[in-house]
Amino acid sequence: MKLKQSLIASAVLAAALGASYVQAAKVPDGVKLAAVQEIVKGGESEPATLDQQKLQGTPGSLRGRDLFEGLFNEDGGGNLIPGVATSYDANEDNTVYTFHLRDDAKWSNGDSVTAHDFVFAFQRLVDPKTAADYAWFAELPGMINATDIINGKKPATELGVEATDDYTFVVRLEKPNAYFPKMTIHNTLFPAPKKVIEKWGDDWTKQDHIVFNGAYVLDQWNVNEKMVLVRNPMYWNDKETVINKVTYLPISDVSVEFKRYQAGEMDLTSYQGIPTNRYKQLMKDTPDEVHITPQLGTYYYLFNTTKAPFDDVRVRKALSYSIDRDIITKFVTGTGEVPSYGFTPEIINGFDPVTPEYAKWSQAERNKQAKALLAEAGFGPSNPLKFPLLYNTNDQHKKIAVAITSMWKKNIGVTATLENQEWKTYLDSRNTQNFSVARAGWIGDYNEASTFLQILTTTAGSNDGKYSNVKYDKLMNAASSMQDPSENYTKAENVLINQDMAVAPIYTYVTKRLVKPYVGGYMPNPEDNTYTRDQYIIAH
Amino acid sequence: MLSLIIKRILEAIPTLLVLITVSFFLMHFAPGSPLTTERGLPPEIMANIAAKYHLDEPVTSQYLRYLWNILQGDLGASFVHKDFTINDLVAQSFPVSAEIGIWSFIVAVLIGVGCGIFAALRQNSWIDYSVMAFANLGIVLPNFVLAPLCILLFSIYLKWLPSGGWNDGAWPYLIMPVIAMSTSYIAQIARITRGSMIETMHSNFIRTARAKGLPNYKIVLQHALRPAIVPVLSYLGPAFVGIITGSVIVDVYFSTGGIGQHFINGAINRDYPMVMAVTILIGSLTILFNAIVDILYALIDPKIRY
Repeated sequence: MKLKQSLIASAVLAAALGASYVQAAKVPDGVKLAAVQEIVKGGESEPATLDQQKLQGTPGSLRGRDLFEGLFNEDGGGNLIPGVATSYDANEDNTVYTFHLRDDAKWSNGDSVTAHDFVFAFQRLVDPKTAADYAWFAELPGMINATDIINGKKPATELGVEATDDYTFVVRLEKPNAYFPKMTIHNTLFPAPKKVIEKWGDDWTKQDHIVFNGAYVLDQWNVNEKMVLVRNPMYWNDKETVINKVTYLPISDVSVEFKRYQAGEMDLTSYQGIPTNRYKQLMKDTPDEVHITPQLGTYYYLFNTTKAPFDDVRVRKALSYSIDRDIITKFVTGTGEVPSYGFTPEIINGFDPVTPEYAKWSQAERNKQAKALLAEAGFGPSNPLKFPLLYNTNDQHKKIAVAITSMWKKNIGVTATLENQEWKTYLDSRNTQNFSVARAGWIGDYNEASTFLQILTTTAGSNDGKYSNVKYDKLMNAASSMQDPSENYTKAENVLINQDMAVAPIYTYVTKRLVKPYVGGYMPNPEDNTYTRDQYIIAH
Repeated sequence: MLSLIIKRILEAIPTLLVLITVSFFLMHFAPGSPLTTERGLPPEIMANIAAKYHLDEPVTSQYLRYLWNILQGDLGASFVHKDFTINDLVAQSFPVSAEIGIWSFIVAVLIGVGCGIFAALRQNSWIDYSVMAFANLGIVLPNFVLAPLCILLFSIYLKWLPSGGWNDGAWPYLIMPVIAMSTSYIAQIARITRGSMIETMHSNFIRTARAKGLPNYKIVLQHALRPAIVPVLSYLGPAFVGIITGSVIVDVYFSTGGIGQHFINGAINRDYPMVMAVTILIGSLTILFNAIVDILYALIDPKIRY
């Protein structure tokens, strides 16, 4: 019953078997390389850990992609390309995936990277003792027994993963899932060095103990100052890696990072490395250094659907319609963000977006409809709608909130008062539904629409607005086992926005990075999965 | 003197205990917890993480556990930096802050006291006005303005100094943090020194010394400086603690890796053990340096008794 490849597998195998593309720096002919191949990059903030199964947040993923390698990587177009796995097979209903591993992948201590390291990694991800934030990442595609293991009802060894030999790794799922291979680019599914972790336990990440299977190894880590990585001679494709040393500067303040870049001490900033007030000037002075790339992320306003009047779709639609997204993206954010009328970014793979009806109207028409809906819901000059708008402390969020509240006031006579809370208090308010309307943002974990649509299903942990629609849940549930779920995603998106306006989408995020002209091989993709091993420094 | 030291140590124990207790419970009663994330974790995963960090226990049990651990020198595990213990992080970051702090302190005392004396001896002259104008500027110019100005001038325009980093404390990396850190202290010390010096110079015993025909430098150095420095000393004790426990602004702008940034990040992320560690550190140093100041008082001015 083995089907030799799904559509996605075909793409992977074509790339893998064609052998024309392996992850490495491809220096074009005629390009003269600099004598010193060292790069300094913006590292956002400090990573929580280098333990890939305990990872959370993009700073850890960024460094993790240099230090470790999973089954597959991504190219500049966001397509899967071989990593430790050279190919995979899926059975007919996409419940059993067999990954074929290369036999020359090694840990930095010289041990081979085997299927047993993947089995061990997947098992420790769901093991309650590991206490991994991303344990749900094994539940999402429905790995056999993942939920019971997380709940402590079964031992981790019962997870549906197996090494049939040293270089064949099998994952069994409880239900069909067509996009599982795409999930393998996420760091939490990277291999873990079984021998090393069994020897050192939680201390395995100490610098004297830790081993890596990526293109680089850790040389120095001074918290809040820098992390230095150097070439890993054991990496299977080290011969095609060019950069010898990578320094990550953990700077989370964009203006501080910009000054380091201006001073010539940084070659490539973090993904939000362009101060809004400098963007226009930079585009004028050094446009070749400005790199804006659409990102799999949506900035939106969240309605608390458990609270009147936000349980009324007419109110939600009125508030969403009357936001002029063009003004927000042009004059408030102003660094290439794309106005968004749907929740799932249009650039995501395997998604057939249908433009929502209200996106086709002029803003004047939207305002007119919004007023009518609000009046139907019982709000108007004699009974004005008033509510607090919650956002977390951040200048950009504040500017957007000020602009939107003034739009609401001017366009539909709604008064929203700004309520600013520091990060954890804000999260607490959201998690406990102690809000009316709140600012929110979502960045996808993998390049597939379910990474967005799943979070608004009734039982999802991140569904802070408590939106619930049986039809929507059914569509999403069915999508998870469909060979091609794009049709269901389109329908679900239609229910979510056109029918229910569960959230008010505002814009699609972009990565905005400054890159010195002498940095070659920078290939941003919608997930911002870039790899230093692809890059090189041109003589300058 | 020995009794003074013993008395200070005995006083420090309950003071620290109160500090730890109040800080511990205040933090635990703040909204949000270390486990609160934007990604709304499923309850079973939250439970596993809570169990690992003992956050599923009653707060009083957590408090007693914390006290027991710190008695053994264990400051706990960070919720934010999972690859490090709090002991590791403090050991890595405090020396950085201490080095910047000690240099800033030396610079602040030398320049501040020098300027203060100089201004006092030239009271109401243009020198006095210039020094005091500089002092006022130093006080009103916060280091979050001074730090980026320094970077703009020395790193971006002149390209003389690195704009950030620590590099094991190499001197080019030390200069701007020290400037940003010491300026407001120089200004404060200069003001206090000037005021105290003017008052001392108008004292009867100085008038007597003048009447005896002693040269001015002897009057200043041998007679006036000692009593004039007492008010400065009372400022220097807490100032020294503030200066060596780091500044968030300096840490952030110059990416030094000092402890100030840990304190703020710890508070924002509800990293209880990190915040507690910095609180205990600052508390202990404050008690220690207040005691040192008291001892110095007694040495400088025999009239002072405790």
